[in-house]
Amino acid sequence: MPQTITLFIPCFVDQFVPEVAADMVTVLRRLGYELRYPEEQTCCGQPAFNAGFWDEARPLAERFVRVFRLAETIVCPSGSCTTMVRCFYPELLSSSPLRGEVAALGKRVFEFSEFLVDVAKVSDVGATFPHKVAYHDSCHLLRELNIRQQPRELLRHVKGLELVELNRSDECCGFGGMFAVKFPEISGAMGDVKAGHVEASGADFVAACDPSCLLHMEGILRRKGARVRTIHLASILASPAAATTDRAGQAGTAQPAMAAPGDEGGR
Amino acid sequence: MTATREQEFHRQARDKAENLAHRKTVRWAIDTYDAAVARGKSRFADFEAARQRCYEIKWEAVNHLDRYLEEFEANVLKRGGHVYWAADSEQARNYVLELAAARGVKRIVKAKSMVTEEIYLNPALEKQGIEVRETDLGEYIVQLRHEPPYHIVTPVMHLSRAQVIELFREKIPDDVKGDSHEELTAAARRALRRAFFSADMGISGANFLIADTGMIAITTNEGNGRLCTSVPRIHVVFAGIEKVIPRLQDLATFWPMLATTGTGQHLTAYSTLIGGPRMASENDGPEEFHVILLDNGRSKLLADTEQREVLHCIRCGACLNACPVYRNIGGHTYNTVYPGPIGSVLTPHLRGLAEFQHLSYASSLCGNCNTVCPVKIDLSHHLLQNRRNAVEQVRPPWRLRLGMRLWRWSMMDAGRFRLAGRVGKALLRAFGGAAALKPWTEYRDLPPVPEKSFRQMWRQNGAR
Repeated sequence: MPQTITLFIPCFVDQFVPEVAADMVTVLRRLGYELRYPEEQTCCGQPAFNAGFWDEARPLAERFVRVFRLAETIVCPSGSCTTMVRCFYPELLSSSPLRGEVAALGKRVFEFSEFLVDVAKVSDVGATFPHKVAYHDSCHLLRELNIRQQPRELLRHVKGLELVELNRSDECCGFGGMFAVKFPEISGAMGDVKAGHVEASGADFVAACDPSCLLHMEGILRRKGARVRTIHLASILASPAAATTDRAGQAGTAQPAMAAPGDEGGR
Repeated sequence: MTATREQEFHRQARDKAENLAHRKTVRWAIDTYDAAVARGKSRFADFEAARQRCYEIKWEAVNHLDRYLEEFEANVLKRGGHVYWAADSEQARNYVLELAAARGVKRIVKAKSMVTEEIYLNPALEKQGIEVRETDLGEYIVQLRHEPPYHIVTPVMHLSRAQVIELFREKIPDDVKGDSHEELTAAARRALRRAFFSADMGISGANFLIADTGMIAITTNEGNGRLCTSVPRIHVVFAGIEKVIPRLQDLATFWPMLATTGTGQHLTAYSTLIGGPRMASENDGPEEFHVILLDNGRSKLLADTEQREVLHCIRCGACLNACPVYRNIGGHTYNTVYPGPIGSVLTPHLRGLAEFQHLSYASSLCGNCNTVCPVKIDLSHHLLQNRRNAVEQVRPPWRLRLGMRLWRWSMMDAGRFRLAGRVGKALLRAFGGAAALKPWTEYRDLPPVPEKSFRQMWRQNGAR
């Protein structure tokens, strides 16, 4: 069992949803881990890789390997960025001098919920979140990393939380990185379909393990005027046991992924 | 040319994605399909093992394609059939055009065949004054509508019964006796029977070419395949070279697999094996039997070791149904013979990366297609490889290349990254309503821009 965890905070989380990373930090500290944050880290290279610009992505992947080569256990609040390192680096760096390190690095990088349940063997992190929550399976998390039960297991152990089923929970929300802006008409329609399922579930929140999917879904839900808000798993788990308020995010930094300043977290 | 096709794709995608009635029709069809497939899969003792078996058989066949094709050819010739190797669409079309001219063929009936769509066979035959009749019910309907099939297994997935009633009342008024499903089917049956019994030639595809017996396997749900291949005096088969499987016994796995992933059936209603022309001792079947083996870009794909497995495809259509993009934009938007994930992977190989690269980008890479493919083609990863090939072989616009360079440059240093983040967020705060952001803001609200980055929070108090 590791004592020290190295944080892999994806570039857009760092810049646009830092509270998700902060909430992950809160949970990991509560469990007693020492945390390290290599400030040299930037981006894993996935945007360029997905766009076909592998020559641009490769130096970033190599840079990532160098920044994290001494880290024993790496935890990331994104299934997609974890996938990039674990599943796509071997192909991207197959002719790099660093290729020998890549497979081993992939085994040391964990997505947040995967780390908690499979490595730390924790299902109950002592959180309270008295709301109806639907869980959305993000694509890379589900189909590349095979993580389906871990987040649900964690959610089931949150005090006061009612986990509701989401129809077609494993259907893509339509984000897909650059796809969202390259093909907005398709991405928007996919988001609309997902938002329909989310609203029909009767949930107060839709939770996921990928901040990028949540940004897209939140934007779609707000545009539709829906009352449902999005929230990252880490933000639910960071809600302390003491919190009895029904307004999410009053305590700690646990806030809906995109709560605007002045926005009453949740309802 | 690239821009034209891509712009057209965007235009049609927008039309379809915003057409809620269309979305509903397709959703309904695919929900029905999903329920049937779940039942179909439950009949396998071990569906995943069957999938793996199919994958391995196809792997064996595709990696020894030369040997199995020649074995197939030798066995067809032995029973008096003809085999023609067509390098491209034109050769394939010309073979049958010349054959039809030599035998005085006036009318042709066709069983469902995507490969004949691929080579644009019908327009070529019609140009020569031959009457061509599609006999699969769905194909018949789209032929009457003068449009291509919407789906490789379900050609009229996009149509409602009301639309079919209207079409039949206009095109075959004398055959229509009522509006029920039964009456509509009976109307088509009456019209098609006349075609079957007046045709001089039947054309079919092949679901499988069986090397060790020299047979073709055809599956249909309407029996039209049997009529097409046994009533007319000449039977011509079109098949891509990747359709070969080594042994007759392999069908024991492939037939139920194709039926299950294609339509959720245990077995397709009519599973037919055809071994050649009528023998002296037989009293039915065609006098002549021709098989056209089509390459049309497939051997180039065979040479691509990364993507060779794309040739495993048995055209079951499961990846189309599984695709959230397909479910929203439908089959016609692709403007390719093979739509959906398999089409986006395959078409750049068959028809050129320059014109069709946009299809490889029109995916969120969700990977649902990979999980349903009965022969385990890693479709979403091949889309990634197509994208890489497009960047290498088809020069992207300079603005994109420059943008990528700048992005990489800023990401290669933590200081530059911090600066880029600050500048980017300041711009977003100042110009959140800018037209440049329309690709995001047209359908979604912008996220609020946080004051601090995580690294600032970390520096200040360890993000507490």
